[in-house]
Amino acid sequence: MYPTEAILLEKLTKVFYARQKKVIALEDIHLSVKEGEFLCIVGPSGCGKTTLLRILAGLEKQTRGKVIMRSKNPEKPLTSMVFQGDSIFPWMTVVENVAYSLRIRGFSREKRREVAGQYLRLMGLDGFANAFPHQLSGGMKQRINVARAFVSDPEILLMDEPFGALDEQNRLILQQELLKIWEGSGKTSLFITHSIDEALILGDRIMVMTAHPGKVKAIVPINIPRPRDILSLRSSPNFGALFKEIWQLLQEEVLKAKSTEMNK
Amino acid sequence: MSLLEEHIHETFGRIIIKEEKGESKTILIDKTFILKVLAFLSPSLLLLLWEIFARLGFIDVRLFSSPVMIFKTMLPMFYSGELLYHTFISAQRILLGFLTGAVPGVILGLSMGLFPPVRASLMPMVAATFPIPKLAIMPLILIIFGLGEASKIFTIAIGVFYLVLINTMAGVLNIDDIYLDVAKNFGATPFQFYSTVAFPGALPMIFAGFKLGMGTALLLIVAAELSAAKAGVGWMVWRAYDMFDIEKMFVALITMAFLGYIFSYLLDMIERMVIPWVNNRR
Repeated sequence: MYPTEAILLEKLTKVFYARQKKVIALEDIHLSVKEGEFLCIVGPSGCGKTTLLRILAGLEKQTRGKVIMRSKNPEKPLTSMVFQGDSIFPWMTVVENVAYSLRIRGFSREKRREVAGQYLRLMGLDGFANAFPHQLSGGMKQRINVARAFVSDPEILLMDEPFGALDEQNRLILQQELLKIWEGSGKTSLFITHSIDEALILGDRIMVMTAHPGKVKAIVPINIPRPRDILSLRSSPNFGALFKEIWQLLQEEVLKAKSTEMNK
Repeated sequence: MSLLEEHIHETFGRIIIKEEKGESKTILIDKTFILKVLAFLSPSLLLLLWEIFARLGFIDVRLFSSPVMIFKTMLPMFYSGELLYHTFISAQRILLGFLTGAVPGVILGLSMGLFPPVRASLMPMVAATFPIPKLAIMPLILIIFGLGEASKIFTIAIGVFYLVLINTMAGVLNIDDIYLDVAKNFGATPFQFYSTVAFPGALPMIFAGFKLGMGTALLLIVAAELSAAKAGVGWMVWRAYDMFDIEKMFVALITMAFLGYIFSYLLDMIERMVIPWVNNRR
């Protein structure tokens, strides 16, 4: 019997060797993500969040354990990752960047422009199609980053703190736009963030991780109905209670991570 | 605020002075304009001093000539086509030598950057032969390729080759890992990996190598035309030396400076066309 979940992780463990020292990045991660679910991952720095996403993206291999991902349509790519930081190709124009996955899959130039054009409009990048990234602001670049992942139309979307480097205003705007696009697509998504606010706004569930080694501490369901709106969301009574719950879980871990760092 | 400050506003290098009462007079002094004037004035002044000192006998015109004397030698050489002929011969050698060195330099540099086994097997040879002064190899090149054009082209090519190779390899190795991850995540094939990431990513460094290589090519042309040549700007220098014709020597030097300027201008132009994504900092 095959599992029906989109992602199933069993006893996933990743061990690094950094300067002859053994570092356990992830230990016995158990996780199941339903199809169409938006899972946010929070945890102190260095808890292996990024490593987890890189394993799912096929950029790294686990040391032990099972990773099962269900692919409904072999024509589509299994995963697309929105990387942390600046990963937009500086040598390609905006439209070439957004359509990159289509070029890899051998689509014609016209088809590429057509599909990318839709997402450029959705992300408010109209009129910047032929600009080069160095002419754009950080917020614009992250729009391209997100659009590039959506254009590839993957089964699973992996986002590693895509809005981490943005200012508050840009962040709010992009969160709202991501909500809009994502709620329209219904893609299974994993989203790493440092911001509890952001996790509550976007996620169906929030996974809180422990540090050194990275384990699952708790998974909290977010029962806020969709479609969501950032403004009304913050004033809902649930929001405050959930924020408190997540922060209490996270606070312990952040303090623990601090004290182990000091003992080194 | 003093009265003076009230009426002088400095904005972006322009000093604007406004006068009181009725009609205001605006004087614009553009800093960039001043800089341009300075850039023209100082070499002109130097030439003028040179000429004056030569006429007054402060400097020995038999050794240092004078701007007017050089110009008088240059004009007939220009009109007779002699100068153009030598310039053309040298330009041709530089261009052919440059291409013969740069093309294999880029190809080998890319493969050494991309594939660790290629790098591991070729790097020792590159590292061992790179420090040999290219002039020291010239006699060997003359023996192998003879006294014709081939030896001159090859001398230039070998100097260009190393600089382009090393810069191209460094260009590939310096590409940020995140771009490689993106290509990998989207499932790029090895060829797509090369065409969409490695080559465009290394292009700025490749062009830096081209520019260094061009500098070396201009250096080597003089050496290459020293032996067994019958034409070329480098040959003109040596010929003038043999004849103790100082004016002709200066004419050749000026032509060489001009050639160097033209080639680097062309490279800059091609670079701007090929790499439009790099911020132009000049």
